[in-house]
Amino acid sequence: MLPPRFTGDLARLPTHAFTHRALTWWGVMAFFLIEGTAFVMAIAAYFFLMNQEQVWPPPPHDPPDLLAGTLFTILLLVSEVPNSMAKHAAEKGQLRKLRRLMALMTGIGLALIVLRGFEFASLNVLWYDNAYGSIVWALLLLHATHIATDWVDTTVLTCLMHGEHGVEGRRFVDVSENCLYWRFVWLSWLPMYLLIYWLPRWVA
Amino acid sequence: MMRRASLLPFALLAACDTVQSTTGNDGSQSELFTGLFWIFLAVTGIVYLVVIAFLLAAMFRRGGRRQDGLPDEGESRDGGLRKALAGWVGVTALILAGLTVASWIADRRLAQAAASPALDIEIVANQWWWEVRYLDHEPGRIIRTANELHLPVGVPVRITLRSNDVIHSFWVPNLAGKQDLVPGRVTDLTLRPLREGVYRGQCAEFCGLQHAHMALDVTVESAAAFAAWRQRQSRPAPPPTTPLARAGHDYVTSRECAACHNIAGTPASGQVAPDLTHFASRRSIGAGTFPMSRGHLYAWIADPQSAKPGNNMPYVGLEPDELHAIVAYLETLR
Amino acid sequence: MKPKKSPYDHDRDGHDLTGEALHARLARTWGREPGLLGWLSTVDHKEIGRRYLVTAFIFLTLGGILGLVIRAQLATPESGLIDPDRYNQIFTMHGTTMMFLFAVPVMDAMAVYLIPLMLGTRNIAFPRLNAFSYYVYLAGGTLLWVAFALDVGPDAGWFSYVPLAGPEFSPGKRVDVWAQMVTFTEVAALAVAVEITATILKQRAPGMTLARMPLFAWAMLVVSLMVIMSMPSVTLASGMLISDRLVGTQFFNSFENGDSLLWQHLFWFFGHPEVYIIFLPAAGFVSEIVQTFSRRPAFGYIALVLALVATGLLAFGLWVHHMFTTGLPRLGYAFYTAASMSVAIPTGIQIFCWIATIWDGRPKFDTPLLYVVGFVVTFVIGGMTGVMLASVPLDLQLHDTYFVVAHFHYVLIGGAVFPLLGAITYWFPKFTGRMMSEAAGRWTFWIVFLAFQLAFAPMHWSGIMGMPRRVYTYPEGLGWELTNLLSTVGAFLFAAGLLSFVANALVSMRRGKVAGPNPWDAPGLEWATSSPPPPYNFPHIPVVAGRTSLWDNRGHLPAMQGLRVDDRELVLTSVIDAVPDVREPSPVPTIWPLVAALALTTLFISSMFTPWAVVIGSVPVAAALIGWFWPKDAKVHPEPVID
Repeated sequence: MLPPRFTGDLARLPTHAFTHRALTWWGVMAFFLIEGTAFVMAIAAYFFLMNQEQVWPPPPHDPPDLLAGTLFTILLLVSEVPNSMAKHAAEKGQLRKLRRLMALMTGIGLALIVLRGFEFASLNVLWYDNAYGSIVWALLLLHATHIATDWVDTTVLTCLMHGEHGVEGRRFVDVSENCLYWRFVWLSWLPMYLLIYWLPRWVA
Repeated sequence: MMRRASLLPFALLAACDTVQSTTGNDGSQSELFTGLFWIFLAVTGIVYLVVIAFLLAAMFRRGGRRQDGLPDEGESRDGGLRKALAGWVGVTALILAGLTVASWIADRRLAQAAASPALDIEIVANQWWWEVRYLDHEPGRIIRTANELHLPVGVPVRITLRSNDVIHSFWVPNLAGKQDLVPGRVTDLTLRPLREGVYRGQCAEFCGLQHAHMALDVTVESAAAFAAWRQRQSRPAPPPTTPLARAGHDYVTSRECAACHNIAGTPASGQVAPDLTHFASRRSIGAGTFPMSRGHLYAWIADPQSAKPGNNMPYVGLEPDELHAIVAYLETLR
Repeated sequence: MKPKKSPYDHDRDGHDLTGEALHARLARTWGREPGLLGWLSTVDHKEIGRRYLVTAFIFLTLGGILGLVIRAQLATPESGLIDPDRYNQIFTMHGTTMMFLFAVPVMDAMAVYLIPLMLGTRNIAFPRLNAFSYYVYLAGGTLLWVAFALDVGPDAGWFSYVPLAGPEFSPGKRVDVWAQMVTFTEVAALAVAVEITATILKQRAPGMTLARMPLFAWAMLVVSLMVIMSMPSVTLASGMLISDRLVGTQFFNSFENGDSLLWQHLFWFFGHPEVYIIFLPAAGFVSEIVQTFSRRPAFGYIALVLALVATGLLAFGLWVHHMFTTGLPRLGYAFYTAASMSVAIPTGIQIFCWIATIWDGRPKFDTPLLYVVGFVVTFVIGGMTGVMLASVPLDLQLHDTYFVVAHFHYVLIGGAVFPLLGAITYWFPKFTGRMMSEAAGRWTFWIVFLAFQLAFAPMHWSGIMGMPRRVYTYPEGLGWELTNLLSTVGAFLFAAGLLSFVANALVSMRRGKVAGPNPWDAPGLEWATSSPPPPYNFPHIPVVAGRTSLWDNRGHLPAMQGLRVDDRELVLTSVIDAVPDVREPSPVPTIWPLVAALALTTLFISSMFTPWAVVIGSVPVAAALIGWFWPKDAKVHPEPVID
């Protein structure tokens, strides 16, 4: 084999970095692309099915009740405040502040899951009633899996940050990326909220 | 020996001309297809030969040069190749644009080829048979048959296509391209047969167990013959005259058969199976499974499941005399 | 040993530690336990790539046998060899196995093995995900074939159209098996796509700018992004199908506001890019082979890259050409005709550049280059028939006939399998340390190439003569007998040829000529290390200054020093210019990917029977994932802690 000729030294490079300098950031971005595409296809399916119908939602169904969904949306958007603070704290290495914010996000996530349960109960249609019911439940379920997954992530990270691993640099990168995931969660919810709750009212 | 050899080209051409082939050119749409196909074949064939010529030239050329860090005296022609690439892209784009335009023009002609249809037919596909209805303003002149089409030559016809179960595809290659029958939707196909003859269509979208046995007999005939056929079809079934046929009539109209089949003019009025009013006038049994003949009729009625396993006509287990009677009666249904 | 003063003071590769001594240390750090547990816990991309390759070839064999059964049945009209129920399972299994269990995984196999080596890095990105993805793929394939062996194999075609595949017309579990297998294989393929994308963007050797990246890497980057953007569609569709069948949703039921065409749109939105996902890696192989065997860098690097990107983008705008007979508006169809034709332009650019490379080089027609020639001759025919099928009037006659069967076998076998056989011959010495027999390789090539034409060329004629697809038998007297018989003879000969390829490979693994690091005198980085490579790939991270490193540096290899030798470490570089940026710790072998895959398999399989499995099954999956990601070794900190 060819003998080497050294032209540089890697020893002083750091072992972790934030955002696009981190490998896991790219993994998270790819994940957003995958899930985002799934959401886009589901939304496209919603419009496709809607275009087959003269009346939407098809009678005798009313559009979903607004209360649970709107409360959910408000809480979700408000949660971006502690989320951004947590991301900032992670990038600055502020461990104590981060621990408090992570605990808060865990609590908020739990409240959102409960609200999501109420949303399912107030859709005014069941998944087996017709294709409208099927696609509405599908959209809500798709998003619910993300709330649930991100909540589990947040909870695990909260435990980690309170434990002995909390001081490691890479954990802060993990937290920063989890905050990024949270942004995906509410960004992807906004078009769904409009589609599930408001579009049927606008076209009626 | 010489005579046989000289007949060979005709034999080969005749081999192309079957009752179920896109080479038949027996309808205005299928003629358009053939014309367009020749254009595409010629153009793509020439492009292919150019590519192969370039490949052969590359394989046998001695004038290249290595660029792998080892010494070589040859000359590189990268500049000339770049121009050739640009030219190639331009030529390809032009050819493809031309073929696209040819395709669009042919598509318009397809629509025009059977404009202002003079005959309206409705076909509803089922697993694994075709219900055929000739529509008319007068309800009395609507005729119902199955697994066959009679068409007057030269007359544009519109066929409305629906499905009762899964997606099927209606295709008579000698006459026209295919169109799917999609449950919950209505599609249609217009065609204009150009030559009298007998043709065969076949379902062209996989529809389950007996997709391979879902064919359609098509007869294109003169206007007079068509009118006569239509007149016969609108009459109810003739009453049986022989004792055996009467026994068959009694069985068919009062036992299992009547649950699914309809025979106009008798108590048998089932709607979920092929109409049998003029069954014996058809060319095949079971949507192309068997040719129409006494022997095949016995085989079909005695055990439809061994002929076309999985089809919706159950095995009934008839006694021999019942079988004789039923066949005798069915043969009267012309 | 010097006393440790600062966290940066660990043993590192470089002037002081190189050659045999370095190899011993790195081999220990990057190796794994021998034995079954070590084998199951591996995170080495080369081991996992080999697994993918062997498994994909097993599925090729199984699917190929089914193809031979189909041909045996269709050799004569009204043959009673196979009953319709079994036949419908067989053709469904043939297509499903080839598309989901062979074509994509085999390309993934080659990419997983080669990309880290071509890019000069020590392992693929997310190595545990890589291990996990293989187990999930294996589980999906096993599910499908066990079901088939138990007469519960899917029988609604490889694209499973509804309503035929829906609850009313396909009762039982057959279609559920198909739909869930799709979920397994899509998860695996998506995981590999994420790994390849991250590896290509972040782990390239210092100095390997995007403009200097090997063409196979460009192909895999485009393919990975295509996988990411297309597979969610089919996963959504198959999820909707299972849900219609299991819990009564009405997505595809036209009686309750659903639509069977929704399935077709969702499926083909994936299905069309899928065929380019299969073809583009093969295009990458051709670029690499043509370079090495023409003794010059590929002509038109920029044009080739742009063509790859253009193909990847255009592929998403064509899917409706699979639906020309469904009665959608004609104006919309006209757009898809134009789009489908236009994808021939970037393909044509690539063909030109490959032939130009040969034309302007000093070609040596060893077996890999023979396969490239066979590829051009065959694939371009498939491209021509594809142009025909893009035309609506032509497609209305030819759709769902044996003409289409001919077309896609020409593009898939000519366009993907021939380059694959050439690629395996080419990289075989790298995988195994031995060469395949050149003499046997030439025999195999000619048998495979000629037998393929005999098997599939007559099918064009059968289709034109009116023979529809997916028929378990056909009547006499329609003129289809001769073409079918010829196809059958060709198919069996083709199978014999493929068998001889496998035999060559198996025998050569034991008795082939021993190969050094670079038996072909090729330019890429993968040839800068031993054959087969050590677990750590490269003793020092190579540095790159051009597209053909080993040709530009015939005396010595420029490299970076400074990575730790007692912990697994590789280097991340910047996305565009590959400037070294971060030292990335790389995971050690672990059993968690297997555990997680088993948990996921349990969830997926039991969710075919009850929806509650999704809720209950997610608990072990979550537990496995937490175990997987829980940080190890709290005592060892790689660098200063943060207060």
